[in-house]
Amino acid sequence: MQIAVLSGKGGTGKTTVSTNLAKLINVRYIDCDVEEPNGFIFLKPQDIKSKEVSIPVPYVDEDKCIHCKKCVDICQFNALVHTDRVILFEKLCHGCGACRAVCPTMAIVEKDRPIGKIETGYSDDMECLSGTLNVTEPMAGPIISRLKGMIDDKTTIIDCSPGSSCNVVKPLLGVDYAILVTEPTEFGLHDLKIAVELVRKMKIPFGVIINRMSQEDNATSKYCKDDNINIIGTIPFDRDIAVMYSKGELLINDEKYKKMFTDIMSNIEEAIGCSL
Amino acid sequence: MKICISSTVDSINGLADGRFGRCPFYAIYDDETKEYEFVENEGAKAAQGAGIKAAQIVVDNGVDVVITGNLGPNAIRVLQAGNIKIYKMLGDKVKEQVGYYNEGKLISIDKPGASHMGIGK
Repeated sequence: MQIAVLSGKGGTGKTTVSTNLAKLINVRYIDCDVEEPNGFIFLKPQDIKSKEVSIPVPYVDEDKCIHCKKCVDICQFNALVHTDRVILFEKLCHGCGACRAVCPTMAIVEKDRPIGKIETGYSDDMECLSGTLNVTEPMAGPIISRLKGMIDDKTTIIDCSPGSSCNVVKPLLGVDYAILVTEPTEFGLHDLKIAVELVRKMKIPFGVIINRMSQEDNATSKYCKDDNINIIGTIPFDRDIAVMYSKGELLINDEKYKKMFTDIMSNIEEAIGCSL
Repeated sequence: MKICISSTVDSINGLADGRFGRCPFYAIYDDETKEYEFVENEGAKAAQGAGIKAAQIVVDNGVDVVITGNLGPNAIRVLQAGNIKIYKMLGDKVKEQVGYYNEGKLISIDKPGASHMGIGK
């Protein structure tokens, strides 16, 4: 069972929800917000092992190159150019291998270019994974795909990045349920609608958690009710939560929040139709 | 010698385009035939690497001098690798640029501007 946590707007509480739920039911947690992972701050995993992630980029042997420019023409990403020789723009290269395949003299070989890392560790006996994209690198995709490839049958909670771009679509592929975490503000609602459109398009069953809620009567709750969207939980706008968060503490360490997440979990189990 | 001017339209009576990577056309002047040829910039619609693609088109057309408004770090790297000289356009008329170049009135561009500045116009 794979459950993804997304939001649309950033900062609504995806990591708060995903780390606390994962720890509560003791299932694997994966941080796919590789540009800014933060789940490990709260889960504090031990015995962390780190593995470098690279993508293959072309390297041209100038002795074999006949300057036909077939590699330049085939590149869909404009990563290759030819003046007096072939020049590679590394950061535009997606590692697709088309240039190597099309070269008539086999002048192109692939070399690994590191773009980030994946770390794995254990929080008590709970498996935690986190991807990190190196600073200045533009492409998160390959690291996210690698993380997804590490998911087997064990129940996994996937903490996504904000937005609704490729970096969110990738982790969503093949998940069984999506939790959309929002906040009751205009910006939150605007971006929530985009996230809802995304999960509907991908035909993923989903529910909404409204975080930092202070009034029952708000535009976000109304939108969910009007659009038949299941609100699986609300988290109050409590100072105590902000204090615990600022210390890097899991909220479930406090009995009243543990009960809150337990209730959210029951709602999810009811929505999915099985227990986790 | 061929001089290339980034252009908004495929006519010499039109306005020059300040965006090297995202302009719709290049006006290429051949100083032997004294004629202009217009080439479409296929890089203009690229999701990424527009400046690179644009520079490749310019290189492929045997251009020696580029006259434009702004270009980014990727485009400038390609043009410099191709030994193409780059100058800042004066005013906004395509047909006046060659004259300004010949009179030595144009300032050369040695450093790129910011990347992605041509999008959204």
